[in-house]
Amino acid sequence: MATSVQRAGQLTMADLKGKVDPDWCPGCGDFGVLAAVQKALVELRIPNRNVVTISGIGCSSNFPGYMNTYGMHTLHGRALAVATGLKLANHELTVVVTGGDGDGFGIGGNHFVHSMRRNVDLLYIVMDNQIYGLTTGQTSPTSRIGMKTKSMPFGNIEAPVNPISLALAAGATFVARGYSGEQKHLTELIKHGIAHPGFSFLDVFSPCVTYNHDNTYQWFRPRVKKLEDDSAHDPANWLAAMEKSLLWGEEIPIGKFFERTDVPTLHGAEPVLNEGPLVQRDLRVPLDVARSFIEELM
Amino acid sequence: MKQTFAIAIGGAAGQGVATPGDIFAKIFSRRGLHLNAYNAYQSIIRGGHTFLTIRTGVEKITNMGDRIDLLIPLNQDSMDRHLGLLTAGAACIYNADTIKQGDAGSGVQLCPLPVSELADITRNKVAQNTLAIGAGLHMMGIVFQALEEVLREQFKKKGEAVVAENVGVARAGYDYAAAHFTAFPNRLPKAENRYAILSGNTAMAMGGAAAGVKFYCAYPMSPSTGVLHWMAAHARKAGIMVRQVEDEIGVINMAIGAAHAGVRAMCATSGGGFALMSEGLGMSAMIETPVVVINCQRAGPSTGVPTKTEQGDLWQMLGAAFGDYPRVIAAPLDIGDCFKLIPEIFNLADRFQCPGLVLCDLLLSEGRLSVHPKDLDFSPSIDRGELITSTNGAPPGIATNGDYKRYKITESGISPRAVPGVPGHIHTVATDEHMEDGVLISDEFTNPIKRRAMMEKRMRKVAGIETAVPPPTLSGPRDADVTLIGWGSTKGVIEESCEILNEQGISANQLQIRWLVPLHGDAILEILKDSRHTIIVENNYSGQFARYLRSETSFVPDGHIRKYDGEPFMPHHIVEAVKEQLGGRTKLSVPMHEIMV
Repeated sequence: MATSVQRAGQLTMADLKGKVDPDWCPGCGDFGVLAAVQKALVELRIPNRNVVTISGIGCSSNFPGYMNTYGMHTLHGRALAVATGLKLANHELTVVVTGGDGDGFGIGGNHFVHSMRRNVDLLYIVMDNQIYGLTTGQTSPTSRIGMKTKSMPFGNIEAPVNPISLALAAGATFVARGYSGEQKHLTELIKHGIAHPGFSFLDVFSPCVTYNHDNTYQWFRPRVKKLEDDSAHDPANWLAAMEKSLLWGEEIPIGKFFERTDVPTLHGAEPVLNEGPLVQRDLRVPLDVARSFIEELM
Repeated sequence: MKQTFAIAIGGAAGQGVATPGDIFAKIFSRRGLHLNAYNAYQSIIRGGHTFLTIRTGVEKITNMGDRIDLLIPLNQDSMDRHLGLLTAGAACIYNADTIKQGDAGSGVQLCPLPVSELADITRNKVAQNTLAIGAGLHMMGIVFQALEEVLREQFKKKGEAVVAENVGVARAGYDYAAAHFTAFPNRLPKAENRYAILSGNTAMAMGGAAAGVKFYCAYPMSPSTGVLHWMAAHARKAGIMVRQVEDEIGVINMAIGAAHAGVRAMCATSGGGFALMSEGLGMSAMIETPVVVINCQRAGPSTGVPTKTEQGDLWQMLGAAFGDYPRVIAAPLDIGDCFKLIPEIFNLADRFQCPGLVLCDLLLSEGRLSVHPKDLDFSPSIDRGELITSTNGAPPGIATNGDYKRYKITESGISPRAVPGVPGHIHTVATDEHMEDGVLISDEFTNPIKRRAMMEKRMRKVAGIETAVPPPTLSGPRDADVTLIGWGSTKGVIEESCEILNEQGISANQLQIRWLVPLHGDAILEILKDSRHTIIVENNYSGQFARYLRSETSFVPDGHIRKYDGEPFMPHHIVEAVKEQLGGRTKLSVPMHEIMV
């Protein structure tokens, strides 16, 4: 492979293409998310060597393999925990975590909640298709009541989680929803989420064309309404955002629900990092400090 | 026989057993003496029963020993439980106002303190403790000044009035003992040494700091929590990021994330938490990101006995995570070794880009030992292996991967590891099986030839690890009557058992295992082929190490000594069992623990 010299601002979409093409089904909503992330990084002019894309397991979690950034394809549900450790060890890196609704809200639910209250500085994109795809079509934590799947053939009887309300309640400092079918809008949300100092949660409707026959492009298209078009919506108002998050049915809001920038990030709040990223530190404890540790025991 | 002196203090949790323990420990260590402290306690914050044993002497002390010289029961329960342990020459100091004496053995001196006459108990709730310390020290022949110094330090923050009162109470106990009790025949010796007194948890945390750990995270779990406490308290001085995480699954994944960014990352837990970490260990091995995980064993299964010791997690550790993968597993031999082992295992984990697992137990984690300060070496050798960072020569300004392959197939199985942010080395790591460049081969690209190549690449590291880790050695005479085989924390008590056996005319030697993986089975067989009678000593029910040794070498010992009551071995347990087995009476001894805690 040829190497080329990259300067800030010279990054193109082609530079961000991974070694292999996505293996998603033709028409999968995840294609739109991949393109939007690549476009956002190009527009933000972040050198790709400083970006780490981290995922769990699932269809959408193959995402890092389709990017030409540093990447980690971790364990099912654990991407946020891995990303937190990585960000704290080197907070100069831009961290984008990607995954699906099963990965994030099911098996990874605990890390989801705690990452938000910690305000870890990263963008978490959930490609929410309301179904388990890679395991060939079972009910997910966001499947609607009544939805028939292989695991609930007589219809789901469990209420779905509301990721937006959950994120607001857990203390996420940037909460937004995108739709894979709205590229420009989605790209803007991703750019905004990456730039936001703190935990940015972006739930993206990313239809599964193979296993979810309820929540299709045709279903979403007439329903999604951009919050940005609603002049009365104030993203600084948490209570109003919470109310908006409860809207579901004929009209489903997409866009930025909420943002606040006055909460310190996890790495910003920790004085141990005042002297710069851990990864750049000398491994040795200064000998006078070491002596004081031993002296305490004598 | 070793000349040692042991104090035991019994009471309810919350009654202040720890403070007199700390005061005695300080006084002994300032006399230049070695000491070992073991606290038998229950999972209760107030009430229950706590029994602290502190054994001291001029020679190195490695375990709680067999004999109690001075018993200080702080309540009736402790008197009732433990007076019977005392034998001729021992003494028992107690509060005569609240505690009725029991039946003491012959030659045992009962020392009742009229506490309400000697101190104002309405003002000083722990007067009985302070009086007992004073009285005890007089009987050991220690000058009062030693106690006064420690009390002054202890209460300095509370002001001169509190200092004066406590010194006064202690003095009253000291003087009362001079007038009413018979001193021990040998006054406590003095030596020109100075030791640090620390627990295994503190030692492992400090060993981590010395190894260059920059990221430590944990979920609280007894008996590993002490590691977290030391790390948290010293994080800012040592420049370590310490996080308390939502669960142990989060812990291992967070640690691996930090390690992947290029720092040394460590975490500690106990058996239950370790079970949750299992999948994460597989990830560490698969993406080849080193991490060090400590498991401080407690008695299991399940929640088990959170405050009691056991060596019951060996097979859990051997079987942790599915699939075959390279790793190292070591069991520290004593509290000093808890420190020393951490930098060693980090070097191996870094060199071979695999998990490094430490199998400790409550006995070491929460026990305390005198360690020479020079054995707490904060300049150990550090070997980070084939690591590519921005500072060690990666060319700047290169955008694409070039020819860099994260999982390059090499003869050693080790592929140079670049950390995120380094120019020219962009790659994606994957827990799915992948090719040399990180691209997945697990899904539609599945390919038996490539899978085999990657499996063999990773597993080739096992040979390198074997070469890097020394085989175990035998201590004691080669032609001994009996060879005692142990692993990890039983080193000290087996050592002392061998000394006692030798004194009693039975020559004994010892094979103590520190590295469990790699085991060096051939070297062990070479040692054991000359042994006349082999006995494996371990703190579990099923003989986990015996089964492991047999699975690796086909070796079957002549006998077993096992204990699974939650308490550690005392030397006489092993000595008596050896005699029983050499006499042909049994092949499996399960000694009874006489101290009821």
